[in-house]
Formats: sequence, C-alpha cells, structure tokens
Amino acid sequence: MKNKVLEGIKEKATNVYKKILKKKAPELDLPLRSLSNVKYDEKQGYFEILGKKKERTLTVGTIKTFAQTLRMMDLSKKLIETDDIASKREAYYISKNWKEAMFKQQPDSDAVMDDVEAMLMVNREQLGFIPEEKGGEVAGQLIVIDRDPETKKELKIDCTKFGSGAYSIPISVEHLKFETNAKFILAIETAGMFQRLVKHKYWKEANCILVSMGGVPTRACRRFIRILADAKKIPVYVFTDGDPYGYFNIYRTLKVGSGNAAHINKYFCVPQAKFLGVTPQDIEDYKLPTHPLKDVDIKRAKDAVKNDPFVQHHKEWQRAIKKLVEMKVRAEQQALAKWGLNYVIEKYLPNKLKDSKTWLP
Amino acid sequence: MPEEIPIALELAKKQREIGVAEFFARNRHLLGFDNKRKALMTTIKEAVDNSLDACEDGNILPEINVEVIDMQNDRFKVIVEDNGPGIVKKQIPHIFARLLYGSKFFKLSQSRGQQGIGISASVLYSQLTTGKPTKIISRISKKHDAHYYELKIDTQKNKPDIIKEEITQWKNDHGTKIELELEGSYLGGSQSIDQYLKQTAIVNPHSTIIYTNPKAEQLIFARATDKLPHKPIEIKPHPYGVELGILITMLKATEARTLQSFLMNEFSRVGAGTAKEICENAALLPNTKPKAINREMAEKLLQGITKTKIISPPTNCISPIGEELLEKGLRKEINAEFYCATTRPPAVYRGNPFVIEAGIAYGGEQNAEDSVRLLRYANRVPLLYQQGACAITKSAVSTVWRNYGLSQSSGALPVGPATIVISINSVWVPFTSESKEAIAHYPEIIKEIKLALQECGRKLSIFIHKKKRIQIEGAKRDYLETYIPHVAEALKDLVGYKQADEEKIKKLLREILEKKRGKLEKIEIENPDYDEDLAKIGKETEEKEKQKTLE
Repeated sequence: MKNKVLEGIKEKATNVYKKILKKKAPELDLPLRSLSNVKYDEKQGYFEILGKKKERTLTVGTIKTFAQTLRMMDLSKKLIETDDIASKREAYYISKNWKEAMFKQQPDSDAVMDDVEAMLMVNREQLGFIPEEKGGEVAGQLIVIDRDPETKKELKIDCTKFGSGAYSIPISVEHLKFETNAKFILAIETAGMFQRLVKHKYWKEANCILVSMGGVPTRACRRFIRILADAKKIPVYVFTDGDPYGYFNIYRTLKVGSGNAAHINKYFCVPQAKFLGVTPQDIEDYKLPTHPLKDVDIKRAKDAVKNDPFVQHHKEWQRAIKKLVEMKVRAEQQALAKWGLNYVIEKYLPNKLKDSKTWLP
Repeated sequence: MPEEIPIALELAKKQREIGVAEFFARNRHLLGFDNKRKALMTTIKEAVDNSLDACEDGNILPEINVEVIDMQNDRFKVIVEDNGPGIVKKQIPHIFARLLYGSKFFKLSQSRGQQGIGISASVLYSQLTTGKPTKIISRISKKHDAHYYELKIDTQKNKPDIIKEEITQWKNDHGTKIELELEGSYLGGSQSIDQYLKQTAIVNPHSTIIYTNPKAEQLIFARATDKLPHKPIEIKPHPYGVELGILITMLKATEARTLQSFLMNEFSRVGAGTAKEICENAALLPNTKPKAINREMAEKLLQGITKTKIISPPTNCISPIGEELLEKGLRKEINAEFYCATTRPPAVYRGNPFVIEAGIAYGGEQNAEDSVRLLRYANRVPLLYQQGACAITKSAVSTVWRNYGLSQSSGALPVGPATIVISINSVWVPFTSESKEAIAHYPEIIKEIKLALQECGRKLSIFIHKKKRIQIEGAKRDYLETYIPHVAEALKDLVGYKQADEEKIKKLLREILEKKRGKLEKIEIENPDYDEDLAKIGKETEEKEKQKTLE
C-alpha cells in the first residue's frame, strides 16, 4: 500500500519532469473538490466525485500552488520513506522553510494537502499526514475492542463504564472491533446535550449508543459510526440544532460526505443515518423558543436548495428548508429545556423515536 | 463775508485731457513693465515679435540678432537687429515714438503684434527710466540710404520727439536695428529671455536668432527650414465680430454710398443677398446712405446682423504652426517616450477665425511628481507670464485628465511626467491686457482648446495604458520567475536527478515561460531630434537660481 502511494507520487512528478524536458508547459491536474463536482445517488449513499479538474501550471494564478503542490508531494514522499508522520499543523510549519512558496496560514496548507489526497485518491493518513482534531466521544451500550499500542494485545473498552465521562474516538479506527446489543446509535451535535443524556444514563433506558460529534463530525467520527453501524447492523439517528448548519454542514456531511472531501466520501459517510430532529416541524409541534434566522443561515439555506445535490434529491428536505425560511427562525437542541430539563429524555426523544414519519431522510 | 467762488471753477482749472502716452507712463504694468525683470523681457519680446512680423510680411527668412549688455546698476542696453524689409524714412519716428500707431490694428490677418503699442511702449519705458533716447537705423534697400534716428516720445502730445536724424553708413542692405537703454534685471528660469527666445526659435524654425546675453555668451538658434510659413491672407471683419462703436466709426469712414454696398464692401462673407437680408432684419432700407445712419439705426443694424445667418469667416487667413512642427519642437526640447500633436479645424469667436493646436510629450526624463509643464503660444509667440489667468490654463485644468491616465485634483493641472503645448492662432488673439500675456476666456476658444487636448489625451491614454500593461506583464513575469527554483528543487527530490539537472530544469522552465507569454515589449526613449544643449537653455540657470535662493 505504501509503495503504491509512493509510486503514485513519483509518477505524477515524472510526468511534470518529462513535459519540461520536452519544453512543454508542465501541469498538474487536480480533481475539483466542490459541490459542483459531485453527484448523489441514493442507492450508492454518498456524494461521488465527478470528472471536473483544476489545472496548476506556469500561470500567474496557479504557479505558486503548483510549486506548493510539488513541495507537499515531496514532503509526503519523505514521510512515507522514513515511516514518519506529520500533523497538519506540523506540515504547515515545515512549509516555512520554502521561502516564497511557504503557506501564509494553515487553511492554505490543509487545502493543498487535500488536493494531493484527491489527486492520488488516497486519504491523508496514507500520505503520512494526521489531523489534530478529536474524533468525537462515545458513551453507552458498546464495547470497543482495540489493541494495546505496545503489546498489541486486545483491549476491551466498555463504554458504559466512563461514569460522567466518555470514550474518545481515536484518529485511526479501521482496526477497531465491537460488541453491542444496542438498538440504535444517536449522533448528537452539541457536547451540552450529550452531557445531559450521559448524566441521566439515557443510553441505559433506551438501550443505545450515544456519540457526541461536537459540531461537524471529523473523518474519524464518521468512519467510526459507519463501521460500527455496518458491523452491527444498527440504525443511526442524528440529533442536531434546528438550523441550516445542523442540517447540511453536520447531518448531510455525516450521511453523504462533503464537496470539499469528495474524493474520500466513499469511506467517510454513513448512508444509513436518519435525521431525527430538531426539524422545522418540531419547532412548531413542541412550541420551541426560537431565534431569528441570521443572514448566513438564510444564505446557507438558499445555497443548499440551489447547489446541494443531496437536497435536490430529497423533496422532504426541500419542503423542510422552505418551511424554515418562511418561519424565519431557528431553534437549538437545548431549547427543549423550556419544558423542563429532562423533557428531552422523558418526552421528546421517545416520541420522536416512535414516529418515523417525523424524521427526515 | 468773502465773495464765494463756485468750487467747480477751481476744479475746472485742474481738468485737462490725458495724453495716451502719459496714461501709459503711469500705468506701465498694463503693457508688461510691472517690474525690472519683466521690463527687460517685454522690450526684447516686442522687438523680436516686430522683426519676425516684418520679415514674414516681406517674404524674407528672418535673421535676428539680439544683444543684451549689462551697463551696471540695473541698467541694460538692448540691441535688436533684423534683416527685414526696413521702414520708410517718414514712418520711422511714428512707429517707434508714438503709441497706438501701427499697421496691424486695422487689418485682420494673423500677426504677432496687433495694437501698435509694444515697441513704442519700450521706447517710453527706456526714456522714463534712463532719460535717454532710443536709437534706430533702418534701410529699405541697397539703393536707398540707411537712416539714423534718435527718438523720444512727447508724452503729453503722444508725438515723436526727434532728437537727432541723419543718413548713415550701414553694413546691411535692408532691415532695422533698434538700440535702447533701460532699467531692468536679468535672471534665468522659466520666464527668462533665454527661455523666450528658445521657445520662439522652436516654433519659428524658419528663423535664425543669434543671442548674446549679458554674460557675453552667444547662443545661436539656427534656422531649421528654408520654408517660410504660409503667408496669412488679410481679411475684412466678419459681421458677427463687430461692436456698435466700431460699426458707427466704419459707417462714417466708408466710401460706399448705400447701406447694402457698405455691408458688402466692408465685411467678409456678405454678398448681395445677405446684405439685403440684414437690412430687412434691421428694418432699414438697403439704399440708406451710410453717413445718414444715426446711433439708433446703427443699433438696429447690429440687431439685424445678429438675426441673420451668415457663413463663417474664411480661414485661410490663419497660419498655424502645424502638427509636425509642434511635435518636432517638443522632441527637440524634451527627451520623452511619447509625443503627439494635433491641429484643430478653424473655428470662430465673435466673427474672428482661429485655430487651436495642442501637443503632448510624455514620460522619459520628465518629473512624474510635479504638475505637467504647460507651454502656451499665441500666433507663434510664447506666453511666459500670467499662466493662471489664461484661457489656455483654464481649459487644461477643466479637461478631465484622469480618463487619459494622468492624475489630477480638481481645479488643478494634471500631475505627471508630461509637457503640454497649446497654441492659439488667430487674426485677432483676444488677450486679457495690452501686455499680451494671457488669453481672454471666450467659451468658443475654451471649447476648442479642450477638444484639441482631448484629441491628444486619447492618443496619450492609449500609450499610458500600453505602458501600464507592459509594466504589469513585467511584474507578472518577475512573480512567475520567483517560483521556478521551487518547482525545480521539489522535482529534484521527487524525480531524483542531480544538481546539474536542477539548473537545466530552471533554464528550460524560463524558456517555456518566455515562449508561452511572448516577448516582453519595451518602452524606450528613441528621440534623435533631442537637442541636449537647447534643452538646457533656461533650465540650467533655473537650477542655479534655486541653489542661490537656498544659499
């Protein structure tokens, strides 16, 4: 596998080299990573990348990123050859040696890293790069089977035994195995809601696994939920704030992936996920306290209707978002506390779980 | 009680006619003698203008000798000698020692002088400041004697006062020489005699001017062409330009017997039909005797003229400098990257035809942070004073230069490395005062100047945009070149080649870049006409002066 990645890097570089020898302008073709370059097929279950490319060559607009991409490929090559790793932030700092070709800020180096990933159709861990972000937290009816990093002996981690704390999803999850009798996985947007459910051992009462995504789920979190759900054939329900960010940036990314990481969505998606709430209908049904939609919310909603192949595929989502925009409000998960702190446990979740007609696809 | 004498009788004793010469003696600033520096300058200017006019009238290629001698204590002797047609004996005293005497006031054709004041004013000034007479020699041909005069002006009567008169020996076959002594001061700079003579030489390339300055240095502005400028044709006034007073005078002076023939004989562009139409519009009979027309009738006649549509005056009376010459003048004087010039078609203000010309020299060795330099000409005479009061300046200021790539704050001349030259040529240049330093603000004239400037401006903007484009392209290439070593270095490690190959790859990448983007155009100064010595004249002293004031 390692050799394959190395070969890929060398092949791309050699093509550039040969073009220069032929006195032709050298170029790198990189897949375009955006919503405009994905298609959505419900049966397949995720955003699949299409053929649009962006070109980096000797033009004013692209020469800097052309040089940076080659530099990044070179860094990856060295990491693989020495069996080393660099975090995304470390890679950014390494670029500070590149004089004019250095990155001014980490998002720039992250983007070039993603480009190399997409060009070679591998994920960044294979290139020797690792993320800093935490993968998410888990509590409930689940035993994770990991290995001791030193002894390589099997380690059983009981996710019911973290008390008021939780199990932390590691950056790499491919090797994990599971034991569980849980009836479903509940993926939750906010740490606050997760805490409430953990404190009251909601997982015991509902016989489920709780996952805190902490905003947009990381790749590790998405992959963890996916392997777990696949392995144990259990349904996944998603519980976010009732706003466009919760619907599209969090839920949609978890379920079908993103435009930005379109080249790896195949692995980092959870097609079986269903949206439990908070739906626009919930806001009405549960008479939730609301805030007015911000301009960015409205823009996000309109963009989704216009550009998001997932929303375009699901009429239910189009209706929901239309309703939200008409209501001109948004509601947070924690707004349910208006009816009592444990209303969410005693009433909201049981009601919602019972009635699949109130979910969104 | 003493007998009362009406005060008016006392006052009446003091009242008397004011001689025109007396008037100007007290109001010398009106004629350009405000200060010592300007007085010296104006004297030379008037003498040289007259010499050039005279030579051109006589179809003679001008050769003018100007000498300024420092007599100490702020006194200078000015000698101007030409090879013109000369002046007949009996006219000499009147031309030089009588104000408002001249040939040019009554004819409508393009010439430098027009009122008949200039040179006699210098004589008057000389006499006022030094008490000495002006010395004249003039000869009209080899067969005739050369006459020598020493003249003063009787300021009360405005009549020549002949101090001495004799026949003399003169080396020249024909021409005129004037020698006068006056109070003045000699300075260099943009308003200097040197500058004036240089600019005069530039737009009058058919002349040779030899100038000896007070430091006894001789500057020769040699003739560049043997072709005399096309001789302006004299025209009669156009009805639209006439004022009531002049109309009444003309009516009295005419030999025509009827109003209709008066209109036809004394004005241009009036035929029988137009004359009848004017009479009709004025409700006057065409066979009215001109001498019988009173003030009220004259006023009606003027209204009739305004109501009648009359074609524009003929324009062959104008002899513009010409685009080619204007541009060549700029090339001689300024080492720039871009030159252009334009001559407008003739236009008319108040019945007087005129032609505007403009030119621009841009870039090169000119200062980019100052306001543009503005050179003004009227009938081939450089205007050095009162720039701010001049219609030319107003037109240049009210032109929107930002459209043409020069920066400009409102109400000011544009800023940039440019020299703008504007020339007005007319049978009657409307100056704001007798000293002929600034053009009056006629809307027709301002409009034409702006049109000429816009024409040049459009050409300029094409050049400036091209220059900017090349600069941007240059900057882009520099940027692209920055990343070539990075591409080569990264490839070295990725593909695994040697140091020598890295240099080769860099070289190849540069070649590919050059091929892809095409050859970079260059803007350079290419100006074989540039005359460094000429360009220095006036400037050099300007810098020295600045230094002096700093010290």
